Amino acid sequence: MRTPLLNRLLPFAALLALAAFSFSGSDYYTGLVVKIMIYAIFALSLQLLVGGAGLVSLGHAAFFGIGAYVAALLSPESEAAGLWWLLPAALLAAAAYALVTGALALRTRGVYFIMVTLAFSQMAYYVFHDTKIGGGSDGIYLYFRPELSLGGWMPFDLSNGTTFYFFVLACLALAWGFLALLRRSPFGAALAGIRINEQRMRAAGYSTYPYKLAAYVIGATLAGLAGFLFALKDGFVTPELLAWEQSGLVLLMVILGGMGSLGGAVLGTVTMVLLQELFQSQELFGDYARHWHLPLGLAIIALVALLPNGLAGLPAQWRERRHARTADASRKAARDVITPARAQGTAPASRLPIQGERHV
Amino acid sequence: MSDVLLAASAVTRRFGGLTAVNGVSLELQRGQVHAVIGTNGAGKSTLINILSGELAASSGQVTLAGRDITAWPQPERARAGLGRSYQRSTIFPELSVFENCRLAAQASRQRFWHWWRDAANCRRSADLAAEALDRTGLAADARQPAGLLAHGRKRQLEIAMCLAGEPQVLLLDEPLAGMGPEETDRILDLLQTLKAGHAILLVEHDMDAVFRIAEIITVMVNGSAIASGAPPQIRANPEVRTAYLGEDGQGAH
Repeated sequence: MRTPLLNRLLPFAALLALAAFSFSGSDYYTGLVVKIMIYAIFALSLQLLVGGAGLVSLGHAAFFGIGAYVAALLSPESEAAGLWWLLPAALLAAAAYALVTGALALRTRGVYFIMVTLAFSQMAYYVFHDTKIGGGSDGIYLYFRPELSLGGWMPFDLSNGTTFYFFVLACLALAWGFLALLRRSPFGAALAGIRINEQRMRAAGYSTYPYKLAAYVIGATLAGLAGFLFALKDGFVTPELLAWEQSGLVLLMVILGGMGSLGGAVLGTVTMVLLQELFQSQELFGDYARHWHLPLGLAIIALVALLPNGLAGLPAQWRERRHARTADASRKAARDVITPARAQGTAPASRLPIQGERHV
Repeated sequence: MSDVLLAASAVTRRFGGLTAVNGVSLELQRGQVHAVIGTNGAGKSTLINILSGELAASSGQVTLAGRDITAWPQPERARAGLGRSYQRSTIFPELSVFENCRLAAQASRQRFWHWWRDAANCRRSADLAAEALDRTGLAADARQPAGLLAHGRKRQLEIAMCLAGEPQVLLLDEPLAGMGPEETDRILDLLQTLKAGHAILLVEHDMDAVFRIAEIITVMVNGSAIASGAPPQIRANPEVRTAYLGEDGQGAH
């Protein structure tokens, strides 16, 4: 099934729009967009697990937090660290934790998998929250963004705001492109098969465990990248980055955007972050902005209830409704001549269980 | 007996106090359809699950072309040439009919690390899928989502997916269930042509079909094989008549 040309161009349009936005000149808005881009990488990394392999994890923030903490912990206090080793260190740490915890968590399925991933991420959370390794519950600061220098020459300087903006954008583009490539590869096809019917995949000759573990580690590594960038953005890191609320938030982004496509994760991130900003705005809501959780929650409930396939599934949902309506009309017009069997033939295709029946 | 591909010897499976399969031995030869019949609950599906590796045997041995595969997990057995179909259609409903088969074909060369490659451009798996769809008569439906196929077509797809994996041994669990007479004929013709290159185990309730196509029939009752032999022998076997075909022995007609 080929995706329509328009759908394939949309990611490029989105990235171009993000690039153009850097020239808006407002610090507040560029800061907000950097946050959106970082969370978009985070959500994309989870989309590989949820939408790709059907692995619903509620502990994905652990890898985000580990990436962030490694960046802050390994950076010297008085000078900038080298990007060439700090970034790989952060990614490796996240990947290593994923390899160990994933190897165990993937022995379970469905709701047990959710619980085990949650438990492992809370373990990491309490390590940083209750010990002095990372400054306890106060967190720690990162004073200098790392720099890349090749024999004295610096291709770019991340301490410059605009450069950092484009660095994050490039990371988003690379992560998105990489996941798109992965999705259409034989590996991605096998993951889709595992998501839909693991029993059949095993009967066909796929050892499904290594596939799921590889996906889990790749997803964690990209989440580590997002966490790394987040630490660089704010310059400080707290245990809350690993908390289960964070895992829930990114899962919500994926569900809200739609699990059917990578773009869904990005769309869900944009919507989620903007909704948060909206309901936190004092200019709009005055004192009520303090209670922003309530309207945000209601908005999420409404969106999820109305959009069974997420925001990215909206066009298809409309198309289907229009089909149903035209089919209805034509049936009404020809009610007298059409036999029941024939009517069944013209009825719209029933919706496929894209989000149900995940685990056997 | 050089062409025995799959053999089970004294295979037993217990679930707690229940013995679902009790010391069953059988051999599948290339060029033969070996049918296993028996009432519901006789242990036929459990037997297929043991042979395919989905369930471990409590005791007994399974060999594939002379190699002991008793301890092999299911995916490994599948890659070694054991294809199976399920009693309840077990397909990928949201993928296209073609992709269902292509994915099954990809299993023999999985290219786990070829992340830059487009799966849709994998010539080998595409060819195998197209061939499997041709043989099962599903080529016209190739682009449809598999979930939208009629029940009988889903059963055919299940067999097509099996074939796409290039198995040597086919374990078919009631492939004809819910099929119309035309579809049944088509599948029986297909099995007839597949005989030459494959060893086929057929679990089936349609007695006409079984007696038409099988070279050997094994009858299971309460987990044990009570008789095994050529169709005329089975038809004449008094034990089988009482246990399964009915006292009058005419149930097969």
